[in-house]
Amino acid sequence: MQAKKSGQSEHSKLLLSEDSRRREGLIAFIFKAAAVLTILVTIGIIVSLLSETIGFFARPEVSLWKFLTGTRWQPLSSKPSPENFGILPLVGGTLLVAGVAALLAVPVGLGTAIFLSEYATEKLRKIIKPVLEILAGVPSVVYGFFAISFITPIIKTVFEGWLGLKVMYFNALSAGLVVGIMIIPMIASVSEDAMRAVPRSLREGAFALGATRFEVAIKVVTPAALSGIVAAFILAISRAIGETMAVSIAAGSTPNMTLNPLKSVQTLTAFIVQVSFGDAAAGSINSQSIYAVGMTLFVMTFVMNLISDLVLRKFREVYE
Amino acid sequence: MSEKVFASSAFNDNLDSRQRKARIWQTILLACTLLGILVLTMMLVDIIVDGAGWLSPTLFNNNHSRFPEKTGMNSAIYGSIYNVLLTALFCFPLGVAAAIYLEEYAPKSKLTNFINININNLAGVPSIVYGMLGLTVFGRMFGLFAPESPLVNFFNLPVEAGNVGGLKFNLFGIPGLIIHLPFGRSLVAGAMTMSLLILPTVIISSREAIRAVPTSIREAAYGLGATRWQMIRTQVLPVSFPGILTGIILAMGRALGETAPLIIMGAFMYVPFLPRNIWDKFTTMPIQIYNWITLPQPEYNIHLAAAGIIVLLLVLLGMSALAIFLRNKLQVKW
Amino acid sequence: MENNIRDTHLKNQSKEPIIETKGLSVFYNNRLAIRDINIAIEPNKITAIIGPSGCGKSTLLRTFNRMNDLIPGARVEGKILYNGIDINQKALDPVGLRRHIGMVFQKPNPFPKSIYDNVAFGPRINHYTGNMDELVETSLRQAALWDEVKDKLKESGLALSGGQQQRLCIARALATQPDLILMDEPASALDPVATQRIEELMIELKEKYTIIIVTHNMQQAGRASDNTAFMSLDRENIEARIGILVEYGKTEQLFTNPRNKETEDYITGRFG
Repeated sequence: MQAKKSGQSEHSKLLLSEDSRRREGLIAFIFKAAAVLTILVTIGIIVSLLSETIGFFARPEVSLWKFLTGTRWQPLSSKPSPENFGILPLVGGTLLVAGVAALLAVPVGLGTAIFLSEYATEKLRKIIKPVLEILAGVPSVVYGFFAISFITPIIKTVFEGWLGLKVMYFNALSAGLVVGIMIIPMIASVSEDAMRAVPRSLREGAFALGATRFEVAIKVVTPAALSGIVAAFILAISRAIGETMAVSIAAGSTPNMTLNPLKSVQTLTAFIVQVSFGDAAAGSINSQSIYAVGMTLFVMTFVMNLISDLVLRKFREVYE
Repeated sequence: MSEKVFASSAFNDNLDSRQRKARIWQTILLACTLLGILVLTMMLVDIIVDGAGWLSPTLFNNNHSRFPEKTGMNSAIYGSIYNVLLTALFCFPLGVAAAIYLEEYAPKSKLTNFINININNLAGVPSIVYGMLGLTVFGRMFGLFAPESPLVNFFNLPVEAGNVGGLKFNLFGIPGLIIHLPFGRSLVAGAMTMSLLILPTVIISSREAIRAVPTSIREAAYGLGATRWQMIRTQVLPVSFPGILTGIILAMGRALGETAPLIIMGAFMYVPFLPRNIWDKFTTMPIQIYNWITLPQPEYNIHLAAAGIIVLLLVLLGMSALAIFLRNKLQVKW
Repeated sequence: MENNIRDTHLKNQSKEPIIETKGLSVFYNNRLAIRDINIAIEPNKITAIIGPSGCGKSTLLRTFNRMNDLIPGARVEGKILYNGIDINQKALDPVGLRRHIGMVFQKPNPFPKSIYDNVAFGPRINHYTGNMDELVETSLRQAALWDEVKDKLKESGLALSGGQQQRLCIARALATQPDLILMDEPASALDPVATQRIEELMIELKEKYTIIIVTHNMQQAGRASDNTAFMSLDRENIEARIGILVEYGKTEQLFTNPRNKETEDYITGRFG
C-alpha cells in the first residue's frame, strides 16, 4: 500500500509541470505559425493579383479572350479597347529574350556542370565555384548596365557594322545574352549537383568497359542525371522569364510581335516596371493592367517551378 | 607483341580518334567553364573603366542633381541600409522560427510536405511579383482605407483624401508610436515586401544550418532531461547560429541588390533627404543607378551609373566578406 | 624467411601467366598501401585473393586494369605484365586496355538503361562491327541470364533482382570479349542462393576466361577457386597498415597445408 503511494508521487514527479507543458505547447505553436505563414504568402500573392485582375477583366474595354489571343498591346492608348489589350506581344517578347538566354546558358551551363563534376580537380573547383556564386549574386541592375554599355555596342558593331543588319539600340539579343549569363550559374550548379549524385560505381562500371572520360560523362553520367538536368533548365528559364531590371534596361519598352532579336521588345516584367514609373492611380485601367500581366507572369513561372520541383524530387528518390 | 595484346577482329577500336574527340570536348567544356570567369572580368573592367574616375566624396555626400558633377547618392545609400536592416529585422524571427519548426517539430504529414513544396516554389517566384504583393497588401491594403471603401464608410474613419487614402493614429495612445494605414510608399512597406521576398532563402539556409547540428547533441540534451524547446535553445540554436547568420547576411545582400519589387511597390526615383522615420519615403542604390542609366546624358548613364555600381558592389562585397568571416570565426568544428 | 614466402611463385606452371606483377607497390597520396607484390596469374583458372579487410586486395585487383588511375593521388610502381607487356606505363592508354579486362564490382552497378543497352554499352563505345543482337544474346547466355530476361530486354536493368543485376553486370563485362575478368567481392551484396549461382557461373566461365576474384568469404574461395593468394597487413609495421602478399599457391594446398603461420591462423579463423 505504502509502496504504491510513493510510486504514484514518483510518477507525478516525472511529468512536466502544467506550466512548462503549456509553455512548450505555445512555443511549438508559434513556430508552426511561422511555417504556415509561408502558405499565407502564396495565398497573399494569388489574392493580391486576383484582386485587381478581376476588376480589369470586368471592364467593358477588356475581354479575356482578346487578352489571351490578341497580338496588339497598346494599353496606354487614349481609346482603350479589347483590340489594344492582347498580351501575346509581351509573352512573345518575354519568350524571345528567354529563348536567346537559353541558347547561351543551356549549353554553357551544362558544359560547366560536366566539367566541374567529371573533369575538374578539387583545387580548380574551389576557384570556379565561388566565381559562379559571385556571378549569381551580382544585382540585376548591374547586368542591365553591362548589357547597354558593353554588349549592345558589340552587337551594333557586329550585326550592323559587319553584316549590315539593322540593329535597334534597345534589342532582345542584348537582353537575352545578359540574362543568359545571369542564369548560367543556376544551370551549372543544379545540374552539377544532379551529376554528382550519380553514384561513383556507375562511372567505374563504364570506365571498366573501356570508356573514355568523355564517354563516361556523356553516355552514362548525363543520361543518369538527365531529369535533374532538365529540372535545372526549367528552373533557369523560369528565372529568365521573371527577370526584370536587366531586361527593362536592355530590351526597351516597345511591345513587338517579332522573332527578330535585333529589334526592341517589351517583356511582361518590363511593362509592369514601365507602368509603375508612370504612377498610375489605383483602380485605373493602367494600374489594373499590370495585375493581369503580373498574373500571367506568375502562372507561367509557377507552373515551370512546380514541374521542376517535382522532377527534382523524383530524381532524388532514385539516388538517395 | 603489342598487336597480340590488343588485336581483336570484332572490334574496330579506333582508340586514337576516340581519344582525340575526348580531348577536343574536354577543351570545349573547359572553355564553357572559363566563360563565366571571362564575363565577370569583362564586367568588372567595364564598370571600373567607366566609373572609377567619378568616385568622389560628392558621390557619397550629395543627392541627385541636375549637374552631373554635383550629383551624389547619399539618400540612396542610407535608404538602402535602412531598408536592408529593417528587412532583416522582419525576416530573421520569421525565417528562423519557420526553419526550427520544419527541422525540429514538423511531423511527416501532408501539411509539412505542402509547406516544403510551397517554400521551394516561393523561392522561384519572380521578385517583381513580390513587388505587386507588397504594393497591394502593404502599400494599398486592398484599398480598405480609401475614402469610398466600405470599411471607411461603416466605421466613419477619419481618412485622408487621395486615391489610396490613409489613416494615421497613435497606437495605444503612446506618443511616437504612430501607425499609418495603409503603409503607402514608405520604408516600412518596402522592408516588409523585401522580407517576404527573402523569406524562402532565409528559411532554406537556416534549415541547412540547423540540420548540420549532429543528432548526438540533441540526444545528449534529451538524455539530460531537457524539453524540446530547452534542447533547441541551449544546443541547436547556439551551434547553428553562425550558419543561420551567414544565410541571413547573404539574403540581405540579395535584398540590397533588388530593384524591381521596390519600384513596383512605389519607392521613389528621387528623394532629396534621408528617411526620418519608417513612414518616410525612400530610395535605394539600385533604384538610383537605374534612374541614372535611363537618363540621356553619358555623364549619368555611363559614368555615374558605373560609379554607383562600384559603390553597390563594394557594399555587397563587404557583406559577403562579413558572412565568410563570421562563418569561419564562429563555426564549431566537429 | 618472410621474404621467401612473399616471393613465392606458382610451381609447375603449364602455361605462361596471363598477368604477372613484379615489385608492385601502390601509394595513395604518398602513403604506401600495398608493397612489393609479386604474383603470376594462371590463364583459364580462377584465382582468389583473400585476406582481412583493409589489406589492399581490391587495390591489387584494380591495378590489373589500371582503375587506380581514376583515383586522384594514387601512384602505382613496379611492373604489371599482361601477356608479357608492361601495362603500367604512361604511354599505354588504359582505355584500350580495359576492354580486354572485364570487371565486376562489389555492388551490382547496372546503368539506368535497358537490359539490352547495358550489355551493348561496351561493344558500342568500342565500335563493335558484328551483329549486336547476337552478341547481346551470347553474352546474356554466358552469364546464365538469357532465359530470365529474353522477353524483357527493353526493360530497365534496375528492375532486376540483386542477383540478376550482378549477372547482368557479368554479361556486360563479357560483351566486350575480354580474356581476363576481375571480380571485386561480386557476391558480398547477394543472398546465399544468388551467391551460389554466381559461383557456378564462374566455374562455367573459366573454360573461356581467366578470373581473379577478391573475396573475404573463405568458403567461397575454397569452393570456387583453383589458386589462392593470401594478403595481410605487414606485421613488422602494423601501424602503417601496409598490405603485403603473404602466401600464394594452389587453393587445396593453401587451405589444407599452409606454409605460413599467419595464413593458417587466418584460415582457421583465429584472426581476421
